[in-house]
Parts: sequence; structure tokens; C-alpha cells
Amino acid sequence: MNGGLLGGSAALTGTAPSGATPEGPGQPARGVPWAKVCTWLAMALVVLAFPVVFPTPAVTSIAFFSVIFMAAATAWNTFSGYSGYISIGHAVFFGSGAYTLALLAVHLNLAGGMGIFWLVPVAGAVAMAIAVPFGLVALRTRRHTFVVMTIAAFFVFQLLAYNLSSFTQGSAGVSLPTPPWTATGFNQRFYYVAVAVLVVALGLSVAVRRSRFGLQLLAIRDDEDRAAGLGVKTTRVKLTAFVLSAFSVGMAGAVWAYFLGEIHPQFAFTALFDLSVAIMCFLGGFGTITGPLLGAALLESLQQYFTIQYSADNLYLIAYGVLFLAVIALLPRGVIPTVSGAYRDWQDRRLQRRVETVARSAGATGPPGVPVLERAASSARAQER
Amino acid sequence: MALLEVQGVSKAFGGLIALDDCSLSVEEGEVAGLIGPNGSGKTTLFNVITGYVRPDRGSVRLRGADITGASPARVFGLGLGRTFQQARIFDRLSVLENMLVATQRQEGWLRSVVKGQSSPKERARAGELLQFVGLERLARLPAGNLSFGQRKLLELAYVLVADPQIILLDEPAGGVNPTLINLIAARIRTLNDAGAGKTFLVVEHNMEFVMGLCDTVTVMHQGAAIVSGSPDMVREDPRVLDAYLGGSDDELFEPEPEPEGGAETRLGAVDGRSRT
Ligand SMILES: Nc1ncnc2c1ncn2[C@@H]1O[C@H](COP(=O)(O)OP(=O)(O)OP(=O)(O)O)[C@@H](O)[C@H]1O
Ligand SMILES: [Mg+2]
Repeated sequence: MNGGLLGGSAALTGTAPSGATPEGPGQPARGVPWAKVCTWLAMALVVLAFPVVFPTPAVTSIAFFSVIFMAAATAWNTFSGYSGYISIGHAVFFGSGAYTLALLAVHLNLAGGMGIFWLVPVAGAVAMAIAVPFGLVALRTRRHTFVVMTIAAFFVFQLLAYNLSSFTQGSAGVSLPTPPWTATGFNQRFYYVAVAVLVVALGLSVAVRRSRFGLQLLAIRDDEDRAAGLGVKTTRVKLTAFVLSAFSVGMAGAVWAYFLGEIHPQFAFTALFDLSVAIMCFLGGFGTITGPLLGAALLESLQQYFTIQYSADNLYLIAYGVLFLAVIALLPRGVIPTVSGAYRDWQDRRLQRRVETVARSAGATGPPGVPVLERAASSARAQER
Repeated sequence: MALLEVQGVSKAFGGLIALDDCSLSVEEGEVAGLIGPNGSGKTTLFNVITGYVRPDRGSVRLRGADITGASPARVFGLGLGRTFQQARIFDRLSVLENMLVATQRQEGWLRSVVKGQSSPKERARAGELLQFVGLERLARLPAGNLSFGQRKLLELAYVLVADPQIILLDEPAGGVNPTLINLIAARIRTLNDAGAGKTFLVVEHNMEFVMGLCDTVTVMHQGAAIVSGSPDMVREDPRVLDAYLGGSDDELFEPEPEPEGGAETRLGAVDGRSRT
């Protein structure tokens, strides 16, 4: 059964959209995917060793922002990439996370130090709590209206941050306690905390992709009405992904705020957040697991580099605009799927052409009553010998 | 009591009357055919029965229970499966994943979040059904890569995952190559036979297919079911020929071998010819 057609080409086995697909019937069980494991281990090693190898604060600061945005992009992708619902309102979670940590630290009179990092999961939880009503309202609408709803929610929260000034100190912003660390140690600590947030975001993203509701989420992306017709509880599924994604984004916002030491409404709740994160995901590969990592690492480090090098704060806005158009025009699927897909597509097409031609000839001549693809497979095997 | 009973259903889209006091019943265990010229309202009737379109008037009963206006999910849950004229499958999921989406309909929220994509039992069941329709070798291929006929087979397979008692097929043979048409007909017969005993309501323009497969045939015309009976009875009925713009008996029901598009003898083609 497994020889010939399938055995002759590993391409078909490697075709599944992700490693998450379970073994199919009649397929040989795959062993441990060593190549994949090694790649991930190597990447983990690079990420962990980076601030030790390059301890210069200027460099580690760029690395810190890159990791924060890798986490944020991964989290955004966990909802928007998988469901196909583009959110422009995740800044609400980023900002809420930032404000939660800042306000708690200030109101609890916490001293700067490692202790404040315990507030990071709290900030994530607050973002989740906000995501529930936000999602319940916004997710009642379909794709295009949803985008508008998320933009509206974002403005509401920015206004709240400005106007609840007795609570948020309005446009004056909030100053956080400063930890007593040297510049090098400061950046390294923040970097590793950011990596921890990234691990959580990535873990959630992978878990969602492999879970039952994750599969339903992907079905919604392809044909929501049909999925609903098959009994998929679409609102529930979308809301779950929305809330999980808010958790990681809220934590990223919290660490970001503590690193900066000072937050203001216009920076914590900025439309640029969602635009940046969306471009990162589209560049790397929308809806993939590794795409957002690559996109965020590339874009955020470039942006930070240019900001430091030319102190041109807003230059990247123009660059982003141009880049966005370029990505949509030239790489609509993103770097990762384009590169890895080009090779696989080529092999798939070759395989499928063979299946089809064989099916046609077998269909014309084969014995009746035998399913056509069985016949195709056996003649393909025969041809191969 | 008929398994599926449609009574006096009407539906207008703006000024266009798609269904006009249409009634139809399908008995348990039969393969019922539904034919009619293009635009006579067959698909709209399917949409009404399966909850995708709410009728202006009339009722739909399944085993005597009123399901008029129920959601598509509820209708599916009650054991009424359906395929679409343009097969609706999840293009970016693999063939196997398509099957698994349909597997998971009755699941609590927590279980769906915590549990993996599928259990070995569910995969085995999905694999069996894929084998049944001859797609098991393509299980890992993205569904978007399937041919037109394979898409229809996949849609049929994933509808079967839920083990429905009655299945509505919208043009299962339309645009499908002759070999696959035979496979589809054979599969419908197997499902209808003995053990499984599933009931079918099949919309199809391919007369050879309908006459060879169906126990009863209903003819729709301008939104109403005008004739219903055995294939032979319907074949003879003058009202049916009128509905198809008065083509002659032979022209309608004797399929002429076509070089391309194969065994497909679309009444639409006859219709087009008679107009010139
Ligand atoms: N959602 C809709 N909005 C407006 N008009 C519609 C809609 N659905 C169907 N119609 C119209 O209703 C009429 C009946 O369409 P329907 O699709 O039910 O016909 P059909 O018998 O399935 O035809 P065919 O054999 O071509 O598939 C057509 O005139 C069609 O244009
Ligand atoms: Mg139709």
C-alpha cells in the first residue's frame, strides 16, 4: 500500500500545511522530524546566547524590542492569521498590559527590581478580561465590519487613557520605578523576560494550531458559513483565539512599558502597533507559525537600528508603507510560505500530474468496480518499476 | 409519515419568485431525484430545507418534526447532510483535516481547546470514508489542489462523517468525468443499500444518472414541483416536456454520447438548442 506512488515521492507526506496534521490512514508513521527539531534547537540557542555574545547595550536594546515584537506578532497571528479576521485593535491589549503593570507598580509603591516582573502575567490576565466583552461585541460582525469595530475599540481605549486622568494620569503619562541595574545587566534581564513571553506566545500559537478548536479556526478562515453548517460554534471558536492572543499581547505590552520606564496614552495605545505587527506577519507568512517570528525579527531590528543610527523616528513610517505595498504585490503569501512552498508546489504538481494522467488511462482501461484512484495507484506503481 | 416533507414553501428574492408553493416528500430508504430546468429553484429548495435560506411561507418537516428556519448546524445535527452545487470544502486544509472538521461537531468548549486535533479512532473513521470515495491517497494534499470531481467526493465523504440518515446532493455528477460519475453512482447505491439504508435526494441534470439511480423523480418548474412519480411515469408525462420548452421525448431522455464532458447530457443544452 505504501510503496510506489507515495513511497516514490516524499513530497506528498510533506504537503500537510503544518507538522500538526496527524498521521493519515495507510501512511507510514513518521519518526521524529530531526531536521525540524535541530532547526528549532539551533534557533533557541542563538536567541538564548545572543545577549551574552553581544552584550553592548545598544545591541541588546535592539534585540529586546525585536523579541517583544516577535511575541506580539506571534500572538496577533494566533488570532488574525488563523481565523483570517484582521484585527487593528490589538493595541488595546498591548496598551492595557502596559498600563496594568505601570499603574499597579506605582499604586502598590513597588521598588524597581525583578519583583515587578511578577505583574507581567497579571497584565496578560487583564488584557484577556478586556478581550472577552470586546470580542463578544466585535466578533458578532463579519470580516470587514470587524476591522472597523476593532479600530473603534482602539480609539475608545486611547481616549480612556487620556481622560481617566485621576487613574491613568492622562497625557502626563506614568513613570515606573527604575530597577537598580547596570545598563548591560538591565538589558540582559529584560531580554530574557521578553524571551519568556515569546515562549508563552509561541507555545499558545502551536497549541492552538494543534488543537481541535484550532482546526475549526482554520476552517472558519476558509469558509465560515460552511464550517457553521457542520456544527462549528464559530463565535465561541473565534472568541477563544481572540482572548488567548490578547493574553500574550498584554504581557508583551507590560514588559515593554517596564523597559521604557515611562508610558503615555499615545504610545501605549497606538494604531502603529497593529499596523507594524500586521506587516510583520504578512512579510514573514500570514497564518504560519514561523512567519511572524521572521517578519518581526527583521522589521523591528531594522526599525530600531535606523532610529538609533539616524535618530529618524518617523522615517520607518514611510518605509513601512512602501514595504507593505511591496509585500502585498510581490509576496502576497509572505517569505516563509513562498520559499518553502515554491519547492513543495513544484513537487506536488509533478506528483499530481502523474496521478491524474495515470487515473485517466486507468479509468479508460481498468477493470470496472475498482475505485479509480486504486487503479491509478497500482498503474503508477507498475510504471515505476 | 415521510422522512422529509416540504409543504407549500415559497421564497422570493426581491421581485424574483424562486420558490412558489413548492411541496415534496421523500420516503425513508429511497433515492429521490429532483430535476428541472436551470433556475427552476432546486438549489433554493435545498437551501430552505438545510437552513441556509429562510422561506417566506411553508414548512419543512424531518421525521415529522418541524425544522423550518432551523440553523444549518441544527439541521446537520439532526442527521440531514447536504453537498453544494459548487462543492464547498476548506481549500487550505488538507483532505484529512477537512474530514476532521466535520468530525468535531458535538464537543464541549474545554475539550475542544485542550484536546488534540483528532483521536486515532476519528482518524481511522476519516480514513475509511476517504477510502470509500477513493481519496485516501490524497489525504495529505491541500484540498484546494483537488480536481472538480474529487472536491465533490470529498464533500460527500465529510458529510458522511456525521452519519446522516438523509443526504441532499446538489448536482453530484455535474462537470465530473464519466469514470468518477460511475464511482459516485456506485457509492450512492452502496449507501442506500441494505446495511446503511441512507435516504437520498439528488438534484441532477444528467438524465442517464437520474433515471438509472432514482426510485422516484420530482420535476420542478418555475419554483413549484409539478410532477412526481417513478422515473418511467415522469418520462411519459407531457407536463415535464412542456417544462423543458417542449423538446421531443427522444431528445430529452436518450442520452447521446458527447465527445467532451462525457456522459453528461445536460437538459440545459437541449434547452439552448431548442431556443435557436
Ligand atoms: N440568494 C439569491 N438571491 C437572489 N436570487 C437568487 C438567490 N438564490 C437563487 N436565486 C434565483 O432564484 C432562482 C432559482 O435559482 P436556483 O439556484 O434555485 O435554481 P436551480 O434550479 O438550482 O438552477 P440550476 O439548475 O442552474 O442550478 C434563479 O433565478 C436564481 O437566480
Ligand atoms: Mg442549482
